[in-house]
Amino acid sequence: MDYKNNIESILYFTPEILLIVFAAAVIILDLFVKNRGSQKVAYLSLIGLGFTLVAILITNSTIADGPLSLFWGMIRLDKFAVFFKVLLVLATAATILFSLRSEELDERLKGEYHALLLAVTLGMFLMASSTNLLMIFISLETVSLTSYILAGFLTHSPRSSEAAFKYITYGAVASGTMLFGLSLLFGMTGTGDLAEISQRLPEVLAAGDVTGLGLLISITFILAGIGYKIASVPFHMWSPDVYEGAPIPITAFLSVASKAAGFALFLRFFYSGFQDEGILQTVDWGFLLAVVSALTMTIGNLAALPQQNVKRLLAYSSISHGGYLLMGGVLLTPEGLGAILFYLVVYLFMNLGAFYVVVLIANESGSEMIESYRGLSSRAPLVAVAMFIFLFSLTGIPPFAGFFGKWLLFTAVISKGLYWLAFIGLLNSVVSLYYYARIIKAMYFESPDEDESFSFSNSTFALLSVFVIPTIFIGILNILYNFSDKITL
Amino acid sequence: MLLSLMIFVPLLGMVVVLLLPRESEELIKRVTLLFTFIPLILAVYLFIAYDRSSISSQYMVNISWIEKFNINYHVGIDGLSVTLILLTALLGPICVIASWRNIEKGIKAYMALFLMLETGMLGFFAALDLFLFYVFFELTLLPMYFLIGVWGGPRREYAAIKFFLYTLFGSVLMLVAMIAVYLTSGDPGSRTFDIPTLITLASTEGHALNDLNFQIWVFLGFFIGFAVKVPIFPFHTWLPDAHVEAPTAISVILAGVLLKMGTYGLVRINMAMFPLGLDRFTNGSDFWGYSLALLGFINIVYGSFCALAQTDFKKLVAYSSIGHMGFVILGLAARNDTGVSGAILQMFNHGVISAMLFLLVGVLYDRAHHREINGFGGLGNKMPIYTGITTLAFMASLGLPGLSGFVGEALALLGAYAKYKTLTILSTIGIVIGAAYFLWTLQRVFLGALNPDYEDIPEINGREILTLVPLGILTIVLGVFPHIVIDMFSVSVTELTKVMGTFEANL
Repeated sequence: MDYKNNIESILYFTPEILLIVFAAAVIILDLFVKNRGSQKVAYLSLIGLGFTLVAILITNSTIADGPLSLFWGMIRLDKFAVFFKVLLVLATAATILFSLRSEELDERLKGEYHALLLAVTLGMFLMASSTNLLMIFISLETVSLTSYILAGFLTHSPRSSEAAFKYITYGAVASGTMLFGLSLLFGMTGTGDLAEISQRLPEVLAAGDVTGLGLLISITFILAGIGYKIASVPFHMWSPDVYEGAPIPITAFLSVASKAAGFALFLRFFYSGFQDEGILQTVDWGFLLAVVSALTMTIGNLAALPQQNVKRLLAYSSISHGGYLLMGGVLLTPEGLGAILFYLVVYLFMNLGAFYVVVLIANESGSEMIESYRGLSSRAPLVAVAMFIFLFSLTGIPPFAGFFGKWLLFTAVISKGLYWLAFIGLLNSVVSLYYYARIIKAMYFESPDEDESFSFSNSTFALLSVFVIPTIFIGILNILYNFSDKITL
Repeated sequence: MLLSLMIFVPLLGMVVVLLLPRESEELIKRVTLLFTFIPLILAVYLFIAYDRSSISSQYMVNISWIEKFNINYHVGIDGLSVTLILLTALLGPICVIASWRNIEKGIKAYMALFLMLETGMLGFFAALDLFLFYVFFELTLLPMYFLIGVWGGPRREYAAIKFFLYTLFGSVLMLVAMIAVYLTSGDPGSRTFDIPTLITLASTEGHALNDLNFQIWVFLGFFIGFAVKVPIFPFHTWLPDAHVEAPTAISVILAGVLLKMGTYGLVRINMAMFPLGLDRFTNGSDFWGYSLALLGFINIVYGSFCALAQTDFKKLVAYSSIGHMGFVILGLAARNDTGVSGAILQMFNHGVISAMLFLLVGVLYDRAHHREINGFGGLGNKMPIYTGITTLAFMASLGLPGLSGFVGEALALLGAYAKYKTLTILSTIGIVIGAAYFLWTLQRVFLGALNPDYEDIPEINGREILTLVPLGILTIVLGVFPHIVIDMFSVSVTELTKVMGTFEANL
């Protein structure tokens, strides 16, 4: 490992610095924008993300020889981090584009809104690259604090405020618990560095200084914080309310970007810190995670069944997708890691796409309920087609990408003999068909309440196709299957 | 290439149809007809050009698809698949013609989905890669769901989702089994989804795929997946709903082809790849084989009794389908050349006959707008041609010697008799009940005093006759010369029974 000192590290930190610069620039620009309908700040944020993306790709070329450890081992720059940063930039850009079209948001608060979005992206970047317990906690808190504000951004809506309040309450408890777990871990090993922890833990376990029970408690507490971010059972309770109350673009953002960042943290923490055989023998946290994963998908799916609000339905569905993703991480295998990364890419497109349709329909009909999707196939045929592609992809029906993603996950699980988990996962796919199909039923099998057709601009369709085309082709075309080979932890 | 062309021509047709303007309905129908006619020509060519004496798959294409997991686009035909491909390709244009007048809304979407469905079915029968096989299998679900759900009858939403959920439930179990097979097929790097390779590996002594317990579990996974599709009791309850609600042409496809996908899968995967799952349970006891035969028997008798109780014409035909598919299961359970040949022949014949029956029900429904068997009477005088064709179809279906239905059922029973005497004898009850419900229906609908409501009921028209005539000719020709079809697959069947270790030179 090539350690860089603080001064040397700054150069490799350019993407993060660019985000900070543009977040500040957005606030300053907002002061000078007189016209309230102007979208200048949004465009400036997009430009900032563009620069960030370029910077990420440049830093990627510097790690061709191997990963770098920046700021004396606080964060790491490796392919894994680069993958997540690209994913997060794309998700943030999509969120800003959704917000441009969303009519929910308060025009006067555009500046803060975009600055916060860039800030939360920064926090997620750090979540994906932290290798020190302290950094892990700080990055998590950065993301949480900004997310609370974003969730409560609809100042006129009591539900939005309720969402923010619930989010804070849960978040505070979860991060407090996690901090305790981290401190236990620090106490056991005397270091905050993940690599060193993974070296020392077997030693202290072997020496009898630390009992398996103590380690289990510590890991369980840490899982509370991570589980809260990826909305896994039993730390998922906040998410339906928050997702329902928050502005739709933020809901989309939380369900994709926040979850992806949570998984980045989860994977780095467990893959690099706890893969040692000795530790695995002492604490069978793989089984613990398998149970959490099974519960997460089952509870998410069962709760989604009766939902009438599409946004809330998608919130529960994204909980269950967290469960599917978690399956891949249960075994700490390279196949599992590859499957999770592949699924995250697929999930990014299909889930954001589905939320974009929710934004569009909410704009036109003013409602997020399933009723407002009635007869969509005749009122807006192209949007209806896009939505059914997203929903069937989420269900995991071929030829859509979601199927290939799930297939990779299930293969990873079955390859380690966890048939019971694969069964639960697949039965959940069948259950999920039922609630996704309720939206499709409304769109295709029912007649519209009004005959007036929705009209969307060409740019709307262009953005929609950005999500539809990958959802159709990522799985069928043999382009993305090999990328994860280079990503190791 | 020819085979791939045939599989993807309908998909190309779908793209063309989607690009046509919504208003030009006639053009859309004609284009669809053209794009279903090309596969028919190709299928007939393949059927004729197929080398009947060779055991290996022909017209093979094997291209790498997802390299990392050794998934290939591998298609090819043997005697069994070419028979069913011909059936599929034949029913394609017939269904388009049958949909010509009675699909009122959204003809463009209907035809596009229909073309997608055809690609799924053709690809399924040609696939020689397990992954590809699964993808094509699932590819038929989407269009079917919409075709039933949008264009179906009053309870279409319920029927559509029920169909989808049942089939998906079955196919996820299949997916688990498929992944298990893949992972067991070798070390990382040499794993494969290739069906011929897997069959060889699974019969190699000492290979992990050859393990008895493994084969039994995997057999069960695939079996449930296919059993839902066939459908085998107790997974059959989606079928009457789907049939009753689906539009005529879709019922035809459902009974004619989709049910065959289940039995085809049983032959192609379960029996050829995992014969141990069915055979040699412990010390030669034939528990699983007997269970399968028992399921076939239940299908025959239960389906027939249910059909007898129906007053809805379409539901009657739907339950009779369950009964007739029972013969296929019974024949397969016998695992000898006669039984398996009978089963495969019955698959083809049932496809033709049930297609006719559903088309005939559709003709009547289009005129009377109901299907209540007791609501008709004396139609024989008003619709002599229709009555004639219906009688032919009924006779073929109830197994009258000289018509195609008889040969398949007789062979299946003959094969089964060698192994499961009691069950086979009991199964013949199904034939008797079959005769009962068809003849009784004939009497109630066509004979007796004319129901005054139908004084002016129009005779079957030229377009409808056009859809029925080719099928009618087939039932007569194959009743007299069944060897036209049997010759196609007799070599493949021999090969199959050799793999299963149940080969008996007796056909």
